[in-house]
Amino acid sequence: MVRGTSGPRSLREIFDSPLAAVTELPTGQTQLFVGLHLIHEVTSPQAFGMLAERDIEVAYPDLTHATVDHIVPTADQSRPYADDAAEEMMAELEANVQGTGIEFDHPGTGEQGIVHVIGPEQGLTQPGMTIVCGDSHTSTHGAFGALAFGIGTSQIRDVLATGTIAMEKQKVRRIEVTGELGSYVGAKDVILTIIRRLGTDGGVGHVYEYGGEAISALDMEGRMSICNMSVEGGARAGYVNPDATTYEWLRETDAFRSDPGEFERHKSYWESIRSEETAEYDDVVEIDGNEIEPVVTWGTTPGQGIGVGEAIPDPDALPEDEREVARCAQQHMGVSPGDRMEGYGIDVAFLGSCTNARLADLRAAAKIVEGREVHSDVRGLVVPGSQRVKEAAEREGLNRAFEAAGFEWRGAGCSMCLGMNEDQLRGAERCASSSNRNFVGRQGSKEGRTVLMSPVMVAAAAIEGEVTDVRTLREVTAA
Amino acid sequence: MSDEPGAEPEPDADSDSNAETDGVPTVEVASGTGVPVRGNDIDTDQIIPARYLKAITFDGLGEYAFYDQRFENGEETDHPFNNERYQGASILVVNANFGCGSSREHAPQALDRWGIDAIVGESFAEIFAGNCLALGIPTVTAPVQDINQLQDHVEEYPETEIAVDVANETVSYGERLLEGTVDTAQRTALLEGVWDTTELLKSNRKAIFETARSLPYIEDAAIEGAPGAPAGSEDRSARSEATGASEN
Repeated sequence: MVRGTSGPRSLREIFDSPLAAVTELPTGQTQLFVGLHLIHEVTSPQAFGMLAERDIEVAYPDLTHATVDHIVPTADQSRPYADDAAEEMMAELEANVQGTGIEFDHPGTGEQGIVHVIGPEQGLTQPGMTIVCGDSHTSTHGAFGALAFGIGTSQIRDVLATGTIAMEKQKVRRIEVTGELGSYVGAKDVILTIIRRLGTDGGVGHVYEYGGEAISALDMEGRMSICNMSVEGGARAGYVNPDATTYEWLRETDAFRSDPGEFERHKSYWESIRSEETAEYDDVVEIDGNEIEPVVTWGTTPGQGIGVGEAIPDPDALPEDEREVARCAQQHMGVSPGDRMEGYGIDVAFLGSCTNARLADLRAAAKIVEGREVHSDVRGLVVPGSQRVKEAAEREGLNRAFEAAGFEWRGAGCSMCLGMNEDQLRGAERCASSSNRNFVGRQGSKEGRTVLMSPVMVAAAAIEGEVTDVRTLREVTAA
Repeated sequence: MSDEPGAEPEPDADSDSNAETDGVPTVEVASGTGVPVRGNDIDTDQIIPARYLKAITFDGLGEYAFYDQRFENGEETDHPFNNERYQGASILVVNANFGCGSSREHAPQALDRWGIDAIVGESFAEIFAGNCLALGIPTVTAPVQDINQLQDHVEEYPETEIAVDVANETVSYGERLLEGTVDTAQRTALLEGVWDTTELLKSNRKAIFETARSLPYIEDAAIEGAPGAPAGSEDRSARSEATGASEN
């Protein structure tokens, strides 16, 4: 049921005067009530250990939700896991939630998946909530108009113990993406463009509010991809104001599917928190959506992106503080100024991660691979974001399209985004990846090279065996 | 780190967490020799590679700090953390956007266990700075030229004692005094000993429960029996009253 509040407050205002504020702390921070606390096996065990040491129980288990994603194998999931460390972490999470009342979406439930995929798909993620998780990509949930951000393990302890968190006041930067995105240009290209423009630390101290025609036109999956990578731009959180697209998604989730009355009551609250037309921001940045090309990264930070047909920059032409990082990045990647990424050979194509492993992402990529074959030099991996995404994709036959083309169709998890399970790059392999980080060593091999791009661009790269403009691929085959 | 006179003793810096629950030490000054780690955008995957996160405690993380930068084909590189001259250092001096990327607290935990008590740099990623604060490690920022000068100095004279003064937001070394900035909330938390926030947050349990009850997206059943919930029948009547009022 929906209870009254002390008057509706918009999302823009939430950051000045948070809706879920418990009190102002002596540090000047605000104590915020956490409406949804998501936990997983990597960052929570030490927090449970701290709780046990202090003899404190979980305060709000019904608002806490667990899954396993980082270490879970995506090929053979039978227990015990082949990797002893993974098995230990899984067993520890099972033991930690045991008897607490915390719901645990383990693989046996059919609900397991990447923490930032399962929250939205089950309707746990809702507008106006404060959502935290010991994972920087918690910013994903902002796509629903939630204040969602990643926290460290000591803060997980705080949230488990109290249901609240200490949060600094944030500035709000409005990022207005105008116009219309071209065909085969999507959310990933938008966010890589934003990070390129504002820098990997441009968002420090800010929450990003994404809006404008191009954002409004995106589906929820696209909005999640954008909010997901807010943190790569230095912003701890990003959000999109809820609208009809948001409500349609929520209506179909477990939380509301069987209760239209409940849905309508919540909807009136969600509508009340949209930022006003007249809202003022600490900063406004405008990006022309018409100008955005499919983007690929040439370096080792997500800010080092270019249009697929654009020349790789000369480090000396970059701002002084970016030059050294750019030189090291180009050396690592084996690229030179003036070259294009188009034609950069790849060994692995990874379709997965909390950025781009939802049903819409897989559908778009499947359309590209349908009737084509993965290049003989390329190992192609599709790792759905959750068991539900996997099942839904299979109902549509997407798995058949991928497998017929030569991709491996795997179980749900974080997989090769960060190589904590067996899915890792080997040696100096080059990977076309739909994930979020191209840091050195990120995909499990310190010599490995990661090129970030959208799911359709990964599909195109897999087929050609090199970074390819997906728009060209289409034209060639259509002719 | 130094304790305010009469404050609780500082917990063992190498313990998993601060086991004490009845007092958090203040952090006013951190001092010791320095270690410069140069470069912008040093992410937490570099500070502690993901494969070392495959454990259920933070124990032993210190030896894996910057592991992939420190070892090349099993051989030690010239990374500052390998350098004899910086062994025993406790003040880490870095450049811009240090600690970006993954929110893993394993990163500051690894640095802490290696021996770092304070970090001075051009800028820090937010989650990383918050994680440092949760361990009582100050993250002090200063302009690029000051940082470069400090790094140069430490490289030339690694024996130099550096004092990071949280209250005055300064970093002193040799004859020099560098004006830094400590985030206001961080400064207050360190100086007043409220950087381990669990007890502080917990002390507001009644207000927490009241806030939860007022939120439109929180079901009554989801917060039943939470700490701070009024006990007994009084509770039920109060809540049905609140519910009834808002349903109209």
